[in-house]
Amino acid sequence: MIIKGGIVYDPTNGIFGEEMDIFLDGGKVVEEAKGEEIDAQGLLVMPGGVDAHTHIAGTKVNTGRIMRPEDARSGLEPKTKILRPCTGYTVPNCYAIGYRYARMGYTTVFEAATPILEARHTHEELEEIPIVDKGALTLFGSNWEVLECVRDGDLDKLAAYVAWGLRASRGYGVKVVNPGGGEAWGFGGNVKGLDDPVPNFDTTPREIIRGLVKANEMLNLPHSVHLHTNNLGKPGNYTTALETLDIVKDIAPTRDRQVLHVTHMQFSSYGGTGWRDFKSEAPQIAEYFNRNDHVTMDMGQLIFGNATTMTADAPLEYSNARLLHAKWSNHDIELEESSGVVPLVYGRKMPINAIQWAIGLELALLTESPWKTLLTTDHPNGGPFVNYPEVITLLMSGAKREEEMATLHELVAKRTVLPTIEREMDWGDIAVMTRAAPAKVLGLAEKGHLGVGADADVTVYDLRPEKIDPARDHKRVKEALGRVKYTIKGGEVVVRDGEIVAVPRGRTYWVDASVPEKDAERVQADLVDKFDKYYSIQKSNYMVQDAYVTNPVVVKAGVI
Amino acid sequence: MIVEDVLCPFCGCLCDDIRVEVEDDRITKVNRACRLGASKIRGHERIKAPMVREDGELVETSYEEAYRRAAQILYQAKRPLLYGWCSTVCEAHKKGILLAEEVGGVIDSTATVCHGPSIIGIEEKGLAGATLGQVKNRADLIVFWGSNPAEAHPRHSLRYSTNARGKFTEGGRSDKKVIVVDVRKTRSSKNADKFLQIRPGTDYEVISALRMIVGGNGDLLPERVAGISKDDLVDAAEMMKAARFGAFFFGLGLTHSRGSYKNIDNGLSLVNELNSHTKFMIMPMRGHYNVSGFGQVCAWETGYPMAVDFSRGFPYFNPGETAACDVLANGEADAALVVAADPASNFPRSVVEKLAEIPVVQIDPFENPTTLISDVVIPSAVAGVEVEGTAYRMDGLSLRMKKLVTSSYPSDEEVLDGIIEEVRRLGDDN
Repeated sequence: MIIKGGIVYDPTNGIFGEEMDIFLDGGKVVEEAKGEEIDAQGLLVMPGGVDAHTHIAGTKVNTGRIMRPEDARSGLEPKTKILRPCTGYTVPNCYAIGYRYARMGYTTVFEAATPILEARHTHEELEEIPIVDKGALTLFGSNWEVLECVRDGDLDKLAAYVAWGLRASRGYGVKVVNPGGGEAWGFGGNVKGLDDPVPNFDTTPREIIRGLVKANEMLNLPHSVHLHTNNLGKPGNYTTALETLDIVKDIAPTRDRQVLHVTHMQFSSYGGTGWRDFKSEAPQIAEYFNRNDHVTMDMGQLIFGNATTMTADAPLEYSNARLLHAKWSNHDIELEESSGVVPLVYGRKMPINAIQWAIGLELALLTESPWKTLLTTDHPNGGPFVNYPEVITLLMSGAKREEEMATLHELVAKRTVLPTIEREMDWGDIAVMTRAAPAKVLGLAEKGHLGVGADADVTVYDLRPEKIDPARDHKRVKEALGRVKYTIKGGEVVVRDGEIVAVPRGRTYWVDASVPEKDAERVQADLVDKFDKYYSIQKSNYMVQDAYVTNPVVVKAGVI
Repeated sequence: MIVEDVLCPFCGCLCDDIRVEVEDDRITKVNRACRLGASKIRGHERIKAPMVREDGELVETSYEEAYRRAAQILYQAKRPLLYGWCSTVCEAHKKGILLAEEVGGVIDSTATVCHGPSIIGIEEKGLAGATLGQVKNRADLIVFWGSNPAEAHPRHSLRYSTNARGKFTEGGRSDKKVIVVDVRKTRSSKNADKFLQIRPGTDYEVISALRMIVGGNGDLLPERVAGISKDDLVDAAEMMKAARFGAFFFGLGLTHSRGSYKNIDNGLSLVNELNSHTKFMIMPMRGHYNVSGFGQVCAWETGYPMAVDFSRGFPYFNPGETAACDVLANGEADAALVVAADPASNFPRSVVEKLAEIPVVQIDPFENPTTLISDVVIPSAVAGVEVEGTAYRMDGLSLRMKKLVTSSYPSDEEVLDGIIEEVRRLGDDN
């Protein structure tokens, strides 16, 4: 296949708006190829989009569906000859997830949080999501074996356990949510800062984070530790965020990437002493990122309207539910985690929501390098992923931001600096934030770019970058971003003129990391004991079987 | 050959530590299972071959013919009902949902006459839950409300709840308090530290009274509520508040007594409020081993956990209108597919009469009263014994069922595939 004459943005390879042909063959980008010609003359061309943080599969997502029949009433799309029927806005069914990402030109999406015990369920849903490639990050931040290894300072055993946990969950990377808090929540408590002890385990969030970051690097994993900070969602939490960023500064990454990814930073950039004097501290966070290169973040942009918050930060969800008198689901997972789900509505006239909305944009616009700030809404926590075109146009157009701010609570002007920011991002910045950077952050060498050897995942937008001014014509841009001209996945046209025309199966990435035999044996001895005494199932029934990952890409890592 | 760590295809406990001895591809011994589970794993007399009803009699036929007849019935129907699914694996559920889409039917599970109201309660309030291992390791107070696990979920107590030992419950039963609420004495109530025998149909009142006490408004209560003295209620509420980790398990006694889903809504609210005093979780005691799994699969495939109507081309959900009993009682359903269930025994009589009037296709390993009103009967392999696949425990934990022996029967999944293929052929012809 040849994609002819597009205006290509491929930041990884230093290409920013050059007219060129892209050749695809055997599912890869190649030097030369024959076959079908896609006429992209003058149209905006980028690698397929990569979402490094979204909640699309597993127990908490399905809990959201089950407790929110009202959500499934929206987003209805009937079945067609090739498409299964779709429902939902914040918690769409599996088919809608695949189709909607593909229609926006996204071809790779990563589920951000799965406990090992419930990873089988996560994979059952990932298998049902069509078209896109995917992976899942595995939760380790309140796991008993992790807490004990960290307490004992046994990094070799910790690394061996992480390797085993990734294999058991068929997971891609190490996710840490409110470290220690999930365990404390087992008896209704929480941890309040980096040095607050985890009850019954004689360790602290600081030690858990440092231990897991070191283990992650010992295993040479493609992705860094992916962290949801302590105190997330609370006024004044930016100090916790800054402190957290600093405590891993002395640890060297073993790959060419960040040593820590802090996710949905919007929720961790809050000032004030309470909700009354709640304000943005995004400038301080952005300044930290401008001065330091060892960390990356994603936005966690808020979208007005319906959202379904879902997180392994269960105490946070309990607070949300009490504060908003909302429906509340909680789910504790033995020896491993806790989690919660709360539906809510973000209002333009709600001062807190309006400030949160501004914070996400401030983070992206004040951080100079787009490589450090991935575009996300923490779907469906900040809002559903179908709103990415809205977020992109907000970043590209000061006029659009002004129009929006005019509809918001007036405190936005007083408690944030967004009105003073003039930066308007260009297509190169957007290609970095939605393709090149998420692939680099995840350590996916064949994704997010169009160099020879990359996966043949390409987006062609119905936009002429040389003729359209995104700062002015933001309505037209938003429409085109939501309904691409072509999405090509693995060398096959899956979307044409905004319609799905083919439904291939995606692949699932997971990481198989080797560790020294003696450490693996020590972990197994611990696990035999834990299954004997504490788990409610047998060890032999625990690990995700191959039947649940039928189209895998196994990435090798490890110490040997 | 001994197969270890077998999953039991009987109740929602989904015990996964069963040891099964197999000789010459036959099960000879079942260890560790309860009587109910062991009997299911050993099996009993099977339907021998596919059958179709001719002149009022079921006569044997081929699988191909049975698939054709089943497809004709479902394809020609205006509003076919696809019902059951509790005693088969999720792989079959997926095919069932696909078939429902293809024929524009209504699909529903046995939850509709079981914990369906519990799900509606959860839609109102959410559910503060946990895995059963969390209960085992932490719970020092267990409440069974309208539930008799000693007889319906025999290993629940020892594996997960009242008598289980875990990290913070090393003493087992002696470290815990047990409250049983029921309308009569049961084997489970004998194990209770506190038994509240309430008048039938008063669950809502009793929960409300407990909520008032927990919320600090107990002084407004009368001296007796639903046959229980205020002192006993205060005592029970104080036990709940004093717990370090409380677990509230409820059965059909709460779900199907007067008040129905409102009882559940109230129970969920009580647990929410208890969480401002201590840690508390709540869980329905799901009956069949994979009724929970159907709710999960249906939710991720359609957005709804049960009672899904595909007649509009997209999923539509409105229990009261689109549940199995509704479409039968209203005379809307003009054909039915029954898979791994027995509505003839479990539906209200007037609804069974409606079911008997319409063509019924049954897929099941075993004969049951529904067979008597079926027009096409397709025997299948026993999921979890002869076929591997996925099931969800009552706490929503997904586990893989094993295949222990080979079967000459096709799996439910294969049977459904056969019918889907025939339905598509009919669609192509027209």
